[in-house]
Amino acid sequence: MSTAAGGYYFAPPSKWPVVGSTALFFFASGLVLWMNDIQPMGSVSLLLGIGILTYMLFGWFGVVIRESESGMFNKQVDVSFRWSMSWFIFSEVMFFAAFFGALFYARVFSVPWLGDLDNAMIWQGYSAQWPTAGPYLDKDPAYAFATMGAWGIPALNTLLLLSSGVTVTWAHHALKANNRSQLVLGLFLTVALGVVFLGFQVYEYAHAYSDLNLKLTSGVFGSTFFMLTGFHGFHVTLGAIMLTVILFRCIKGHFKPDHHFGFEAVAWYWHFVDVVWLGLFIFVYVLV
Amino acid sequence: MNQYRNPVIRVLLAAVGLFIGVALPAWATYDVNIPPPATPVSAQIYGLHMYILWICVVIFVIVFGAMFYSIFKFRKSKGAQADVNFHESTLIEVIWTIIPFIILIAIAVPAAKAVLDMKDSSNPDVTIKVTAFQWGWRYDYSADDFGFYSNLKTPWSQIGQPGIPATETKGPDYLLEVDNEMVVPVNKRVRLLITSADVIHGWYVPQLGINQYGIPGFIKDAWFKAEKVGVFKGQCSQICGKLHGYMPITVVVKSEADYAKWVAEAKAKWAAPAAAPAAAAAPAEDLSKKYALDELKAMGEKVYAGNCVACHQANGKGTPPAFPPLAGSKVVLASADKQIGVLLNGRPGTAMQPFAQLSNTDLAAVITYTKNAFGNATGTVVQPADIKAARK
Amino acid sequence: MANATAHGHDHDHDHGPGPWTRIFTTTNHKDIGSMYLWFAFLMFFVGGAMALLIRWELFQPGLQVVQPEFFNSLTTVHALVMIFGAVMPAFVGFANWLIPMQIGAADMAFPRLNNWSFWIMIPAAILLFATFFVPGGAAASGWTLYPPLVTQGGIGVDMTILAIHLLGASSIMGSINIITTILNLRAPGMTLMRMPLFCWTWLITAYLLIATMPVLAGAVTMLLTDRHFGTSFFNAAGGGDPTMFMHIFWFFGHPEVYILILPAFGIVSQIIPAFSRKPLFGYASMVYATASIAILSFIVWGHHMFTVGMPAAGNLFFMFATMLIAVPTGVKIFNWIATMWRGSLTFETPMLFCIGFLCMFTLGGFSGLVLSIAAVDITLHNTYYVVAHFHYVLFPGAIWGLTAAVYFWLPKFTGKMYNETLGKWHFWISAIAFNITFFPQHFLGLAGMPRRIPDYALQFYEWNAISSVGAFLLGASQLIFLYNVITTIRSGQPAKEKQWEGADSLEWTHLPSPVPYHTFETAPSLK
Ligand code: HEA
Ligand code: HEA
Ligand code: CUA
Ligand SMILES: [Cu+2]
Repeated sequence: MSTAAGGYYFAPPSKWPVVGSTALFFFASGLVLWMNDIQPMGSVSLLLGIGILTYMLFGWFGVVIRESESGMFNKQVDVSFRWSMSWFIFSEVMFFAAFFGALFYARVFSVPWLGDLDNAMIWQGYSAQWPTAGPYLDKDPAYAFATMGAWGIPALNTLLLLSSGVTVTWAHHALKANNRSQLVLGLFLTVALGVVFLGFQVYEYAHAYSDLNLKLTSGVFGSTFFMLTGFHGFHVTLGAIMLTVILFRCIKGHFKPDHHFGFEAVAWYWHFVDVVWLGLFIFVYVLV
Repeated sequence: MNQYRNPVIRVLLAAVGLFIGVALPAWATYDVNIPPPATPVSAQIYGLHMYILWICVVIFVIVFGAMFYSIFKFRKSKGAQADVNFHESTLIEVIWTIIPFIILIAIAVPAAKAVLDMKDSSNPDVTIKVTAFQWGWRYDYSADDFGFYSNLKTPWSQIGQPGIPATETKGPDYLLEVDNEMVVPVNKRVRLLITSADVIHGWYVPQLGINQYGIPGFIKDAWFKAEKVGVFKGQCSQICGKLHGYMPITVVVKSEADYAKWVAEAKAKWAAPAAAPAAAAAPAEDLSKKYALDELKAMGEKVYAGNCVACHQANGKGTPPAFPPLAGSKVVLASADKQIGVLLNGRPGTAMQPFAQLSNTDLAAVITYTKNAFGNATGTVVQPADIKAARK
Repeated sequence: MANATAHGHDHDHDHGPGPWTRIFTTTNHKDIGSMYLWFAFLMFFVGGAMALLIRWELFQPGLQVVQPEFFNSLTTVHALVMIFGAVMPAFVGFANWLIPMQIGAADMAFPRLNNWSFWIMIPAAILLFATFFVPGGAAASGWTLYPPLVTQGGIGVDMTILAIHLLGASSIMGSINIITTILNLRAPGMTLMRMPLFCWTWLITAYLLIATMPVLAGAVTMLLTDRHFGTSFFNAAGGGDPTMFMHIFWFFGHPEVYILILPAFGIVSQIIPAFSRKPLFGYASMVYATASIAILSFIVWGHHMFTVGMPAAGNLFFMFATMLIAVPTGVKIFNWIATMWRGSLTFETPMLFCIGFLCMFTLGGFSGLVLSIAAVDITLHNTYYVVAHFHYVLFPGAIWGLTAAVYFWLPKFTGKMYNETLGKWHFWISAIAFNITFFPQHFLGLAGMPRRIPDYALQFYEWNAISSVGAFLLGASQLIFLYNVITTIRSGQPAKEKQWEGADSLEWTHLPSPVPYHTFETAPSLK
């Protein structure tokens, strides 16, 4: 049993880490097999991995939540959670940095280089105008694409995410003021806004593929566009799921006005997703 | 000192002695330094290296002189007492921050000059396009419209195989000999436009002071001015797959006169065949003319021999993976326009360069030929007009 | 190292029934530390065995032992195993053991996460080694995985990429755990500037890890989508650029090489004072120097790319930035020597390895400086000079740092004393063998022998032969190490609570040898 002996917290032995690694093993192998279309093994292993992972998440977080609710976490543990969550978010920022870096590199260096004098030897008459599918694909009408305007859905999505940032903050104040109904309402709105955002995102992708002929394969523009927005969308999904969990916990009456880091952590994550979107909106949609 | 009477240490010191005994003679006989430079830039490189080497040696001696001094002077076994208060001194700390910094500046200045010199490839006398591929080189003397492939000449019978020892003894130029060398004139600025047809390679000839990646889809340039005639050898410097170790480079620097002679012969031997004719034939060609399959095949066979055979081979089987077969190739068997596109635009990221310089007739002929040779029996006929239509 | 198994049973209530359940479910920083260390030790031998195969093939010109493609795979996996499988886990293992003890904490901040960080490495290792048995074989592009070559690879490349993802995840979790532990679990009175340097260097290393591992993940993810989903990040035809991968990779790659050395700096900074019997010289400047090395490491990556054809300005910037790193590193070297100055020195095995570290690492640093000169790097890039450079900083640097740590702390971990004579043999043989192996590679590089080749021109024969002989001797010396460690754990003489009179960090001053299963049930009192 966990103890907080002398202000120190000892965790009891736990099977969850190994369960998690097993999940990751099946997940990773599944991904590899699936990508090399070795089926059905691929899909099976992939699903197995996801299944075990879900089981692990429920189990592991279950333990943590129980420990938290039984007041086992003293101030120090709470601070630990804060440090770790902040630095985890920082590492996520660096992950996106890699893809933003790719975008900037392509726009500032590689594409202009491909259009310069020396490279004209290989790529006769390439204009090197952003957006581009690259000197070879641009020649191929099959790859001609139009870009996603910024002031339609994307602008709307910006509004949605920003207001979801507001609602989650509102919910947080409610929690601190111990106003449970407002808390639940605020959280619910946040989740709803997130889900609507995702809906629009899905619609936008469909629109890109069917009407704009803008695809993941549309050269470096398509690559950066879909990888950036795609990973962001994936993070929004995670955030929305976590918010939903928190929502249910609030409904079950978890968290206290002075002790609710689980809530804050997810709120921080949500703000992070929010900020990344602003970067996307500016560099992927507005400045094309 | 008493621990140096310890047998362990004795034996090991003996071993050190032995190593030095082995290494020093070796040192005397074998290369231990950058090969003699042949260009102003490589001379700078050589000088810089020696300069920095000596600076480092001096620092090393001083710093570790101090260390070994303390090792022998301050050992407990000799009753040394620790001076526990000697653990801070802003003054020396500042000093040993500043001094290295100054040394670095002394290195940085000449280093920067060398970088600027090697990057200045302006007004060349000769320009050669270098195309790397798995696993060899192609040199195109664009100004004189000829180009040729340069491959490893060492036979596998000298290399051997795991388990199967080499049947021939290794020659003096083992792995450094090529069938056709790059030839350049002495005392002229030679500019290389380096690229690659497949993966990244490195055109590396130490004595010319050049080590430049060939990057598929990009042209990177480098230059050199050889100041003495002679043969300079190098190798591919960037891992590029199975035979990375087997794509040497040889550059022969000749006197003006000999170079001119060589160019004349080279033109005769390797003139990019269709290029010149095409220019001549172009006005003459009659786009309205509809050729018969056999006519086109006959003409196409010649064009093929002139342009394609080097890579795709006479039997159309190519030499995969670098050069795909045309026999049974999807592109060749597919509708004509697909293949026309490939010939007009080339296949970026592969050895397949555009052949747009060929005349419409030649292109029509060679495409028809490939579609009806090597067991490809599509019966498709491509007319010069189709090519013209495809050109934009 | 396995003392936890040997001494844990007085705390049964805290771990599962059998030793096996315990290995899987433990949340104890010492158990996990030991698992990390044993894993790393195993990987070191496997990676070393691959190195020996490489050297065997290179013993003479011609192909004798392996096919060229397999040789490239050996090179690639040797590097990945040594870096991600041996050195990094070994450092994390010591972090697990030492950081809680040295800052006066009970355990790591997140014991379960800690165990997960370890166990994630197992599927990664399985994936990585399995690549040797799949069609197409293991990745053969060199550990730098440059496209488009890596794009030509088979399923083995995908498995390698996924393995890297997993190892990255493990490192990030481990780092977050270490950062949190150091920032939040220090005993009252243990101010940051009182921490032993091992904690400091690890804190800074952990920041390097969380800043660069995600970037590596991004880079290999782009490789994956280029390979399978038709993106064009690294394909000029689609407007991408193979060089872009190099930039992203080396933005990770250069900080990575400091990740492989900073913890060793910390270890050396604790062992040298212990055997000089006087405090570390210039503690504060050591901390600042480490920090500046870390910061500089983010702006020097281009020195791996002097030959890609960057604009002159790029080459110049990266050259100057790289040269600067010599200054803080120099400060560290000087401080260590000043620590020995006017000390009262004895030369037990850990000290010998630290002295070896000083000389050999500095040598490697100097060759690094030579390479940092863009113009000179033109003749040396991708030659054996580079191979010599990084083995000088990695083997006497990272590996000897770790070896010194093992000899230094084994008595504390296990309560048993190792065999000093064997230790000295281990040091002297590996010191000599190492130099026989790698010093000649400087000559090979200068003479122009490219790296990553299974066969070479006749002029390179002699030095390669000498180098190969040295490599096998070096391998043998590691077997002495293995034997010494095992016999110590099995049947070493009991060690004193303060085995080294000069040692002054908490684990020596406040804890018995071997240390109890739970380090500090309550905060230690520090004056
Ligand atoms: C532990 C790992 C480690 C460390 C610490 C270093 C340290 C350094 N490295 Fe190294 N390096 C690698 C691991 C490491 N490197 C690896 C693995 C590669 C190859 C990657 C690959 O391609 O596979 C590589 C490659 C590499 C290259 C690219 C070579 C090429 O591919 O062409 C360069 C070029 O600049 C370089 C430079 C340096 C420099 C300047 C330092 C400096 O930090 C050194 C500083 C130290 C000193 C200078 C000595 C002590 C200082 C003094 C005594 C003060 C006085 C001295 C002076 C004023 C000169 N390294
Ligand atoms: C920490 C990192 C590390 C370490 C410790 C080592 C250790 C060694 N390395 Fe490593 N090496 C790298 C990192 C490292 N290397 C990297 C990054 C590369 C670049 C890869 C690339 O180009 O992509 C490289 C490349 C590299 C090359 C160049 C290959 C090529 O370019 O084709 C060579 C060649 O000599 C080599 C040799 C060695 C040797 C002899 C050792 C020795 O020190 C090893 C000594 C240890 C042992 C030998 C262990 C004991 C094992 C036994 C006794 C065997 C018997 C046991 C069993 C069979 C179970 N290494
Ligand atoms: Cu071509 Cu290596
Ligand atoms: Cu580096």
